[in-house]
Parts: sequence; structure tokens; C-alpha cells
Amino acid sequence: MNWTLALPEIVLACIGMATLVFGVLRKQDSTLLCTMFTIGGFLIAGLLVLTRTNGFGFNGQFVADPFSAFNQILILAGAALSSILALDWNRAQGIGRFEFPVLMLFSTIGMMIMAGASNLMTLYLGLELMSLALYVLAAFARDDVRSSEAGLKYFVLSGLASGLLLYGISLVYGFSGTMDLASLHELLVRPETASAGLIVGIVFVFVGLAFKVSAVPFHMWTPDVYEGAPTSVTVFFATAPKVAAMALLLRVMGTSFASLVGAWQLLIIIVSIASMVLGAFAAIGQSNVKRLMAYSSIGHMGYALIGLAVGTAAGVRGTLVYMVIYVFMTGGTLGCFMAMRRKGRAVEQISDLAGLGANDPALAMALAIFMFSLAGIPLMSGFFAKLYIFLASVQAGLWALAIIGVLTSVVGAFYYIRIIKVMYFDAPAEPFDPRPASLSFVVAATGLFTGFFFLFPAPIVAAAQSAASVLFR
Amino acid sequence: MNTTLAIATGNAAGFPILSLITWLPLVGCAVIIMMVRGDEETVAANARWTALWTSLLVFVLSLVLWVKFDPSDPGFQFNEHVVWLPDYKVGYSMGVDGISVLFVLLSTVLTPICILSAWEAIHTRVREFMVSFLVLETMMVGMFSATDFIVFYMFFEGVLIPMYLIIGVWGGPRRVYAAVKFFLYTLAGSVLMLLALIAMWVQAGTTDIPVLMHTVFSPHMQFWLFLAFFASFAVKVPMWPVHTWLPDAHVEAPTAGSVILAGVLLKMGAYGFLRFSVPMLPEAAASFAPFMFTLSVVAVIYTSLVALAQEDMKKLIAYSSVAHMGVVTIGIFTFNVQGISGALFQMLSHGIVSSALFLVVGVIYDRIHTREIARYGGLGDRMPSYALVFMLFMMATIGLPGTSGFVGEFLVIIGSLQVNFWLALLGGMGMILGAAYMLYLYRRIIFGRITHADLRAILDLSPREWTVFAPLIVLTLWMGIYPSSFTSYFDATVGALVQSHTAALAATTKFAAATLTQTVH
Repeated sequence: MNWTLALPEIVLACIGMATLVFGVLRKQDSTLLCTMFTIGGFLIAGLLVLTRTNGFGFNGQFVADPFSAFNQILILAGAALSSILALDWNRAQGIGRFEFPVLMLFSTIGMMIMAGASNLMTLYLGLELMSLALYVLAAFARDDVRSSEAGLKYFVLSGLASGLLLYGISLVYGFSGTMDLASLHELLVRPETASAGLIVGIVFVFVGLAFKVSAVPFHMWTPDVYEGAPTSVTVFFATAPKVAAMALLLRVMGTSFASLVGAWQLLIIIVSIASMVLGAFAAIGQSNVKRLMAYSSIGHMGYALIGLAVGTAAGVRGTLVYMVIYVFMTGGTLGCFMAMRRKGRAVEQISDLAGLGANDPALAMALAIFMFSLAGIPLMSGFFAKLYIFLASVQAGLWALAIIGVLTSVVGAFYYIRIIKVMYFDAPAEPFDPRPASLSFVVAATGLFTGFFFLFPAPIVAAAQSAASVLFR
Repeated sequence: MNTTLAIATGNAAGFPILSLITWLPLVGCAVIIMMVRGDEETVAANARWTALWTSLLVFVLSLVLWVKFDPSDPGFQFNEHVVWLPDYKVGYSMGVDGISVLFVLLSTVLTPICILSAWEAIHTRVREFMVSFLVLETMMVGMFSATDFIVFYMFFEGVLIPMYLIIGVWGGPRRVYAAVKFFLYTLAGSVLMLLALIAMWVQAGTTDIPVLMHTVFSPHMQFWLFLAFFASFAVKVPMWPVHTWLPDAHVEAPTAGSVILAGVLLKMGAYGFLRFSVPMLPEAAASFAPFMFTLSVVAVIYTSLVALAQEDMKKLIAYSSVAHMGVVTIGIFTFNVQGISGALFQMLSHGIVSSALFLVVGVIYDRIHTREIARYGGLGDRMPSYALVFMLFMMATIGLPGTSGFVGEFLVIIGSLQVNFWLALLGGMGMILGAAYMLYLYRRIIFGRITHADLRAILDLSPREWTVFAPLIVLTLWMGIYPSSFTSYFDATVGALVQSHTAALAATTKFAAATLTQTVH
């Protein structure tokens, strides 16, 4: 059995259930305490992930290796970031309830299982656990029509994607006789033996997962859900689940279907190019910051997919580094947008940022750092993310991806620097309400990471390298 | 960055001086950012003084480079190296050779001058302005002293951030348009260089510039790499027809921004050609030379004519910059010692003289708040010392012997005569047209009668303005009268560059001939 491999998930689940019971039984408002327990749970789980030994558990259902550890730590970081930001924001919006952190926690467990799955069944279980909690979170502001709409939209479309994924899994199982990722890899060592049904199954699995990373053409839900859901949920959506889904995609494609790279490479190249182009051009017309970030994240997932399209360990390393940098800069950006509140009401238009450079220089500087980083301007972390990705694609000779990638990044730069323009060049509007300390903390931490990544790239790249070495062997 | 302290072995200065010069302005920034106490006036005054002292300290440190630099050594000196991305063989490497050392000095000379010139002109958000300027200095110095391609690229593109803010926040009425245009034009160019960089990296397995200079790339690859570099550097120079961002950026930028743009940022493109395109891609550079000459000659003649028709002083000088940089690109692609030395000298001279001209415009702009030439006239009557200073720099732009402008243009013409008579003739047209538009400008502003009432009360140069101009006057005359105190710095490096270029070309011709004979037999 070797159940100790799943100790981080087990402990986190126990903490989650205990928190739930505590929240229900306690008569007063226990949002703060429950959030603290949740964050404590994330910390403990993170420590357990770091100290755990590698190997297979639960008869090959579950795997602990550098790859799963890397992604689980990143998922926990993203989830912790979002819970800290959510606390004060939810209170101010009047949706501060103790169920919120608990739902986040259960969703996080689902993601950790996704990152550690070594069987298509485990993978599906983790994905569903994550998604069920996310449906509720998207509709958490239940009195708000937009939030309910976002929840419903996400539920219906995600249900469809899960169905496709499950259908793909059943096809793969039917044509190969196994759901174990490692056995699939051994079965498919000689690509010419793969049957057409299996290839169709792989495509369905890819579509199901591409939905979760919101890659074009499965991105339709993203802008609406990002905009409609409470911003505290948007932060969560934009960070941890993306990492989990990308980890899953890398794992499935990089282990079991690694030898079929010739069959699925073109598919991923097309999806990646479509995401980069759509993310760059569709964002230009947006006036709502949350919708803008939705398109921005579609574009960024396009870049991250380049690493997978390359189909080498170097490419996976690029994707993993990209995800680390992406989580921190996107989390920080949305954190800045959460500070946009006037007279107690949250505002979401880009024009509301006018004059932020004069009203709140510190916040404006942080947001400027994030914007330059999202645009991929050097010294900021976003440049390194793109550098590793383009390096991998040039190494593999995929010039089209690299050239389209750099050109769309120039188009993307247009709307990112427009935000800086609004902040610094436009006449000041009314200042925002004072921002809570928790928000300042998260924005400062992510801002320092983004701005000073260039001082310490080596350890993170080395960790990504050892994680990536598990795949595409 | 503290590891840099441990690695200064084999460094003539005895300590990592290049890193110190590069990063010291950021320390100044940190100090300015931390100043939050006191009312706005005090904070602004403190920010100004901190920025000035920081940049002066950087300047003094860069004088150590000037003194300790060994002109007889054509290679890189004051080398520093720290492992940065071990598995990628990318290091944080710094070093200067005869070409870059003078540009480091140019940057460190111009920064305090700019800060001083912005003393009264910038009165809103002074703190942020000074921070942007010091960040800009870090980027410029870092770019000229990087000997690793990735490090170079980071500084090269990092310049965009402070410059975008300087134009956009403190610029004129159409500043937003100009800032965005500047940003997107230069970014679009430089991302293609990033791809070229990665391609060379994959091919050579390292990004160390001295190693890349001795790496041989296949002619096919050189062709594409040259085009990618061209996209980036031609926008930066700027060469015709991608120069259109420059007049906009210059007109809208505050005076100090224009000065640094003309003085240093335009040199980045030409420096890139000289550092990468010519030594690393010798064959492609040779086959693209006629193309480069054509664009340069068009730039010289076309933009000079456009300058003649300008009604805005800054726009006129901006167009003259494009023309002068055209002369520089002609010089670089002659591939002989005179041409390249002339190009280098012209870059340095243009860095000083056109900066000074933007300051000259800034002086009257600060008083009357317009750059329209027709709003002036007869200033010689009220501002005699101003007229004198203006005349000196005007003559230097035209290339009057005895000023710095003469030496560079003269050397480039000699160099291009060895290539083609018509090239030299057409390139030399720039001097004649330059005389036309500059003398015309001077006449309209300085001579004649005072027609506008507000010009009667205009004040001559203040002591602060004299302090700004004095070093530029000294440098202009020094470079014109005794040029060898500057040329001696890059003679060895340029000699080695030309030699290796000729050798590389000869090797390919021999190789081609050998393969040809083989196939024939």
C-alpha cells in the first residue's frame, strides 16, 4: 500500500473536515479562524510534501516524484496566496463565510491528487474533487446574478469537458486494457502499434484537460467566469487549478503517450498558437480588468503549452518554470486589482485605475512591475519564463512557435502598457479605499518575487529540471 | 550580487568596478524611494541632490576606468564573471573593450548633466523622475559593459521601461502617443533579436560574447541572424525607414529625456551592429553592406531635407540625428579602420553635440514654453552668451574643423572613399545639407529683430545652465582639437576587429574556391 506517500493529502483532508466541523459547531462567525486553519493546513501539507520519499503508492494509483512535489508545492502556494487575499475581500463584499476557505481546501486536495496521479482513474477523481468545489466557489456570491451565472456556466461547460475526458479515458482503456500511466507507456513504446481508437481517446483526454487550462478553442468559459465570479475566486481560478491541469496534461502526455509525440504534437502546436494569438488580440478591446486578465491567462497558457508541444524534458522544464512565474505574477496582478474599491464598492474598469501612480505610488509600482512582467520585459520574471520556453522551441527547431510567440508578446505588450499608461499618464481619479494589510503583504511578496527573480533563477530552474527529468524518458 | 565582490581577480581596478558603476545608481534609487518624510518641496530637493551626487559618484568611478584602461589591449578588460544559470552556461559577465569603454563614459558623463538640466524644468513627481533616470543609467552602463549576450539583452530591453515612463509622464501634449509608439517599435525589433540570440545560443552552446565572436555560423544561418539583428538595431539607430518613432519621441520627451535619447540610446543600435553583426556574422555583413549603404545614404539626404522644412526646433534636431546616424552606419559597414573609427568618433561626437543642442533648445523652451521656430528671433541681442554656446554646437554639428563633428565625418568619408566614390560623395552631402539647415535655424532664432514682446525680457544663461554646458563645450573642443586622446582608446580594438573580419572573409572565399575546384575536378 505505502499510504505514507499520500500523507500530505490525507493530513490536509483531515484538517479540512475538522475545520468544517469546527465552523458548523461554533456559534459566532469563524471565518478568520477557519482561514487560518486552512492556511496552516497548506503549510503543513507543503512541509510533508518536501520531506516525503519518492515512490509509487496504493498499488500504483499514486506517485510521489520530483514532478508531483514541484507542482504540489506550487499549487499550495497559489492556494495559500488566494486564501490570504480572499479573507478581507470577502468580508468587504459581505460574502465572508467559513465555508469559503474549506471549499478552497478541498479543491486544493483535488489538485494535489491530480498532480500525483499515476492512473487515469485517480486523475479523474482528483479532477472532479477540484471541479465540484470550484463550481460552488464560482457561485459563492449567491445573491449576485453574475456570480450565479458564472457558477452555472462553469458547471455546465466543465461537466461537458469532464464527460469528454471520461469518454477519452474509456476509449484508451478499451483499446489498451490498462489505465495505469506507466503500463500505457510500456504498451506504446512502439508507436506504430497504437490503434486509431487509442489515438481518438488521447485526443478526447487532451480536450478535457485543455478545457481546464482554458486553451483555445476550449476557452469560452474563461472570460465570463473570471468576470462573474467574486474576484477572490478569480485569483484562485487563475492560479492553482491552472497549475494542476497543466501538471496533469504534462504527466499524461509526457509519460503514457510520450512515444506517440508525433501523433499529438501538431494538435498542441495548433492549440498553443491559437491561444497565444487569441489571448493577445482579444484582450485589446477589453475594458474590465478581470476580463483582461482572463484573456491574458489564455495567452499565457498558450506560451506554457509550447513547452509541451516541444515534447522534450527541456520543454517540460520551460513549462514548469513558466507556471511558477505565471502563478506569482498573475496572483499579484489580481491582488492589485482587488485593491480597487471606492466607498466600499469594488470597481473593475481599467479607467478606474487612472492616476493610481499619484494616489498610491506603492501599489502602482507593484502593478507596473506585474504588467512589465506579463509583457515579458527583461529584468522582470516574465522575461525568463518566455526565454526558457523559446529556448526549448528553438532547440527543437519549432521556429513557427517561437516567431509567433515573440510577435504575439509584442501585441500583448500593447495592452499591458496601456494599464501603466492609465495609472501614470492619465489625470488622477478619486483615490481607492485604504487597502487591507493582508493584500499589501501578498502584493509585496509576489512583487518582490517578480521583480527580483533575476537574482536567483538557478534554484528554481534546477528544481524544474529535476521535476521535468521524470517525463519524456 | 555580493558574490561579484569575490571574483575580481585579474581586474586592473582591483575590485568589480563595472558592477559597481552599473548597480550604484540603483542604490541611489533605493535611497530616494525611502525618502517619504517631509513636505513635497523638501522631498523633491532631496531627491534631486541624491540623484546628482549618485550620478557624480558614478562618473568619478568611471574615470577610474578611463585611467586604468590599457589602450594597447584589443580584448575585454576589467572582466567579471559569476555563474548565473549554470546548466545553461550563461554567466553574469562584464567587461569593456576599446569600443565600449568610451560609451560607458559617455553615459556616465551625460547622466549628471541631464539631472542638472532637469533641476527646475521638472517640478512634478520629482522623486519618480530621478528614480527613472538612475534606473536608466544602470541599464545603459550595464548594456555597454555586458559581455554575455543574455545580460546584454536584458539591459538592452530594460531601457524601455524607464524611457517609456520618462516620455509618458513628463512629456509634452502628445506624450502618450509618442511613448507607446517608442515602446512598441523598439520592442517589436528587439524580440526578433531575442530569437536570433537563442538560435546562436543553441548553435554555440554559450552566450559569452568573446566566444561567439569566434564562432563560425553557416552562411544561411548568418543571413537570418543578420536580418533579426537588423530588425532590432535599425529601429534603435534609427535607420530610414523605421526612424519615424524618433521625431515623435524627441518632440514629446522632456529635455533631459531627449538628451539621453540622442546622446546614448541612439548609440545602442550602432553599438549593436559593431558588437554583433560585424564580428559575429562577417559574411552576411559583407553581403548586406550595399543594402546598409543604400538605407544610410537615403537617411542622410532625405532626413536632412526633411530637417530643412521643420518648424519645430526639437523635430529639426531629431531629423538631423537620423542623418548623422546614417553617416555612422556608412562608416561601420565600410569594414576598414578609418570608416569604423570614424563611425565610433561620430557616435561619441554626436552623443555630446546633439545632447548639447537639445539642451540649447531646452534653455529657451524653459523660458518661453514653445519650440516653434517662428516664435523666436533676434535672441542674440538679449542672450549673447547663449548665442555663443549655440553657435559652437551648431558648428560642431555641421562638422567645422576644430570641433568634434569634423573628425568623425572626415574619417568616415575617407573610409567610404576606399569602398566607392559615389558612396563618399552622397554620404558627404550630409555635411552640406547639415550646414544649410543648421545655419538656417540659427539665423531664424538668433539673428534679426526681436519681433515678439516677451523675448525682450528674456534672461541669458544662468550659472546652473553654464555648469551644464561647460563640460560639453570642453569635450567638443577637446575632441576636435586633439582627437587622438580618444581614438587611441579604440585603435587597437578596431584594428583587431577589421583584421578578424578580413580574415573571416578570406577564409570563406578560400573555402568556397576550394570546394569549387573540388567539384570541378
